[in-house]
Parts: sequence; C-alpha cells; structure tokens
Amino acid sequence: MELFLQSIVFGFIQGGFFALFAVGLVLIFGVMGVVNFAHGELVMVGAFTIWLLHSQYGIGYIPALMIAVVLVTAIGLLMERLLFRPTRSDPLAGLICSIGVLFILQVVATLVGGDGPSKQVTPPYHGTLVLFEFMRIPYQRVFSLIISASALGALWFFLTRSKFGWALRAVAQDREAAELQGINTNRISVIAIGVGAALAGLAGGLVAPLTNINPHMGHNVIIIAFIVTIVGGVGSLSGAVLAAILYAMFHTFMTVYFGGTVATIFGLIMMVVVLIVKPTGIMGVKVSE
Amino acid sequence: MNSQVKLTVQNVVGGAILLAVVLAVPHFLKFYHQDLLIYLTINILVVCSYRLVTLTGEWSLIHAVMMGVGAYTASLLFIHYDLGMWFTLPLAGGASALIAALLCFPLLRMTQFYFLIGSFAAGEAIRLTWIEFVSVFGGTGGLRGVEAPILWGIDFIDPIPYYYLTLLIVGICLLILYRIEHSRIGLTLHAIHWKTPLAESVGVNAWRYRALAFILGSFFVGIAGGLKVNYLGSVSPNQVGIGFMVFILIWVIVGGYNKFYGPIIGVIALTVFDEAIRTFEVLRPAIYGAVLILSILFLPLGLESIPGKLKSWFGIGTAPNEPPLTDQ
Repeated sequence: MELFLQSIVFGFIQGGFFALFAVGLVLIFGVMGVVNFAHGELVMVGAFTIWLLHSQYGIGYIPALMIAVVLVTAIGLLMERLLFRPTRSDPLAGLICSIGVLFILQVVATLVGGDGPSKQVTPPYHGTLVLFEFMRIPYQRVFSLIISASALGALWFFLTRSKFGWALRAVAQDREAAELQGINTNRISVIAIGVGAALAGLAGGLVAPLTNINPHMGHNVIIIAFIVTIVGGVGSLSGAVLAAILYAMFHTFMTVYFGGTVATIFGLIMMVVVLIVKPTGIMGVKVSE
Repeated sequence: MNSQVKLTVQNVVGGAILLAVVLAVPHFLKFYHQDLLIYLTINILVVCSYRLVTLTGEWSLIHAVMMGVGAYTASLLFIHYDLGMWFTLPLAGGASALIAALLCFPLLRMTQFYFLIGSFAAGEAIRLTWIEFVSVFGGTGGLRGVEAPILWGIDFIDPIPYYYLTLLIVGICLLILYRIEHSRIGLTLHAIHWKTPLAESVGVNAWRYRALAFILGSFFVGIAGGLKVNYLGSVSPNQVGIGFMVFILIWVIVGGYNKFYGPIIGVIALTVFDEAIRTFEVLRPAIYGAVLILSILFLPLGLESIPGKLKSWFGIGTAPNEPPLTDQ
C-alpha cells in the first residue's frame, strides 16, 4: 500500500516533467506542422547546461536553470528561422532537418562533456519531505513539481487569456484562415517554437539532478513525448498534460512491478491501440486536413 | 512518370561497363574495404525496398526493424535447426513479410504523421521485445555464431565469394523491384500517392495496394537482413534501431526518391563520403547532420536531380519536369 501511494506521487511528479516537453512538441507540431525529432536533444542540452554551469563552474542552480532555458530557446529560434521556415511547404523536409539538428547537438554535447560515462549532478536541494510518516518525497522533486506546474499554468494562462495565445490557437486550427484575419503567422511560429523550446530546456534543467546525463538521453525523451502526444491527442495541449500524468503513473507502476523495458513496450502498445481505436486521442479534436 | 530502360546500344555498352566495374572492384580493395563493399551492396537492397514502401507517399519508420526480423529469423533457424543460407534467406524474407502483413491491420489505418509515429512505435516495441526476452533473442547482445555456407568447395566466409553471391542476390531482387515499379502495381501505387480519391473512385482498393507495397518492401528488406547476418555472423537490437532507420532515410532523401536509381546513388555517395571523413571520428555525425540539412535546403530533389539541373543551366535540353514534393 505504501509502495502504491509512493508510486502515485512519484508518477505524478514525473508526469509534470513529461508534460513540459510533450506540450512543447504538441505546440510546435500544431502551429508549424513539423514533427521536431530533435526535441529530446533540446531537453538533453538543457540538462548538459546545468551539468556544465552548476557542477563544473559552480554557478548557482537557479541562474544555471535560467541560462539553460535561454540557450535552448535560442537554439529553437534558430531552427525555426533557418530550417523550418524555408521548408514549410514540405513537412517531411522539416522532420529530416530536425534529425540533422539532432546529430549536431549530440556531437556538440559529446565535445563539451567528453565521451566518458554518464554525468551526475548533485541535487542542490537536500533532505526529504515526510508526509503522513510513510510518504517520503525528496525536496528536489518537490521543487521540480512546483516549477513545472507553474510553467504549465503560465502557458495555459498565456494561451487562453492573451491576444498572442488566441492568435496562436487560431494558427494551429487553420493557418490560411488565420492569415486572412491579419495574423502574422511567422511571428506566431517564432512564439510557438520559442515557448516549446523554452519548456524543453526547463524540463532538461529540472531533470538534470535526478538522472544520468549523456548525449544520447534524448532518445528516451522523444519516445515518451510521442506516446504522450498520441495518447493525449495530437494538437490538444490539455490532452497532452493529462496523458503525461497518466502515462507517468502507468510507467512508474509497470517499472516497479515488471521492469523498465516491459513498461516501455506496454506504453508503445497502448499508443498503437489508441491510434487504432481513437486516433484523435483522449482529449483530441479533429485535425483539419 | 519514368520511362522504362530500352535496349539501345548505349544502354547495353553502359550496362556492360557497369557490370565489369562492379565485378572488378573487390580485387582492388583492402580486406576492410571489401567488408564495406558487401555492406554497401546489402544497403542498396535496403534503400530500394524502402522506396517501394514510400511509393504510396507514406514514410514508415519500421523498415530497419523489418531488416532485423529477417536477420533474427535467419539466425534462429541456423542456430536451432542448422539450416543453411539457401533456406534461411527466403524464410527471412517470408518472416518479415508475415510480420508486415500482421502489422498492416493496425498500421495502415493511419496515414501521414500518424503512420510515421505508429510505425515507429510498432518497430520500437518489436525491438524492445528482443531486448527483454534474453533466453530467446539474446537481449542487448543479440544472437551470434551464424556462419556463412560452404558450397561447391567455395567457402563463402571469404569476402570476395560472398560479395559475388550478394551481388547476384541483390541484383535479382533489384530487377524484381524494378519490374514491380514499372508494372501495373507500381503505376497504381503512384496513382495512390498523387491522387488517392481519384484512384479510389476508379475502383482501386487503396488499402490493399498500400498493404502490398508494405509487405513486398518488408520481404526484400528481410532478405537483406538475412544476407547481412550470414556475413557478419551476429545481429543485435541496436544494429537495427532508430539510428540505422535514420541512415536509411538520409540515403534515400540525399539520393533523391523520385527515381528508381536515386536512393542507390545516395547510398553509394554517402558511404564513400563517410569513408572520406573517417578521420574526423567524433565529428562524423555532425558532418552528416550538416550534409543532410544542406541537401534538404538546397537540393530537395536529391543528387539524382543534379544532371538535369546542369543541363538546363547550360541550356542543353529542357528543364526536367519536377514533380511537387508533397501532395496537398
């Protein structure tokens, strides 16, 4: 029972982290129609920045986190301007370009960090929060939950309350109609990828003290992001958040009782089943052709 | 639409020269490069079979895993039943085709982005199964101990005989693939790609043709997998992971996927290029990434479009009719 409750809470916190990068992927796909295969690498760059600045150069965790977010956002903006905008007429070309970026970022990370074993970052927040005597949550995870929840809250506020948010959702629904309304779709694309990349950088920065950092960690991230995106419904942000939390709990449970590989296999099968039974996902809306 | 190759004097002479070069090449190479030549020949079959799948306009991400299915089938048959390559090769292709046929039902309900992600998920699930069930599939280390056959006193473990054998089998497969593309089936696949509703309105069962392309493509890549494992001697889940799939995509796209020979040019050019930049070690993937991006931005129709572009630049002949990259 204690293990059960502990898994629920850990799954929930993990879900917040999954949601951060899955939402970014959904945002970029929704607005620009590009599957950003390098999204996992953006998370990896965020984590590497924390390792380099915090562990190697001794800069505080919070400033390092901010620098990571700014750096990853800058990479995202460059990708939009140099790659995704010229190839907009062909979604496949955008996908292939992002694979090129994936290779380049992995090599840059290898050059910066060396090809040795995986890096570890000592968690800056020590100690454990003890709830009801049996529930123990490290403060690092509490911090991660607070930051991801507030980032997602801010995103929700931005999308539903601000003018840019309305315009962004309009472009995601129908690009041509949005252009006819006088919305500058290039600007909206820049905002979408900027926000998506910033969230990926934040996710990388938050996960850095909790995981092994290596240049190839993006692979698992992109698999999770795909599962969450499909299960939640392509183009649905609230669906992605819900699916992220559900999938994280599912994955935590399966890992506890059957091991990590079986957990991922079942996650992938679940995703194929969702694709067959309800391709629009649990919260999805019909995507216009 | 491509026209078929005709039996003219130029084509016969050109074909004879090409054949002579292909047959002579291994004798001028070092041992290590002879290995590479065999893998290159196998990869040519991989990209050409992938092109058959993409003819319908759907890009799958499961092709590399299908090659793995062939390789695992050939290895298991050899290890447990001591079957020689002559039996395992067709069975490897058959196993891949069978798995593809089963996967048709879930996967081909989707198109475009959904098909891409769905095929990726299905492939990854198969690959993780190989990793998880260690007693059957050997886990992350995979299966080893497969030996090349001996026939008529020729030991095919030597690179040169194995190269000729590979060349023969790949050549036959390419011929079949070429014939398929230029048959009624191939024309129908093209029709489904460019105008699905129109093709369906004249009575073409689009689902059935897409399934056929998927199954046939998987059959030939299964054979490629069997060919590879019989020379290399081992197969592991990481050999056929998303990394190799990305390479297939790069070869096909850099070569140009609008013509039959485009992917072949792509895989040959990039393998030679890869050897040329071998000294850069760590930097190699980044150079690859840069080449990929540059070719997408500046040469979206691939290397095969260069001669046509040059011709029209010099004003010889007419500019090639460039088909649009996507159907809207």
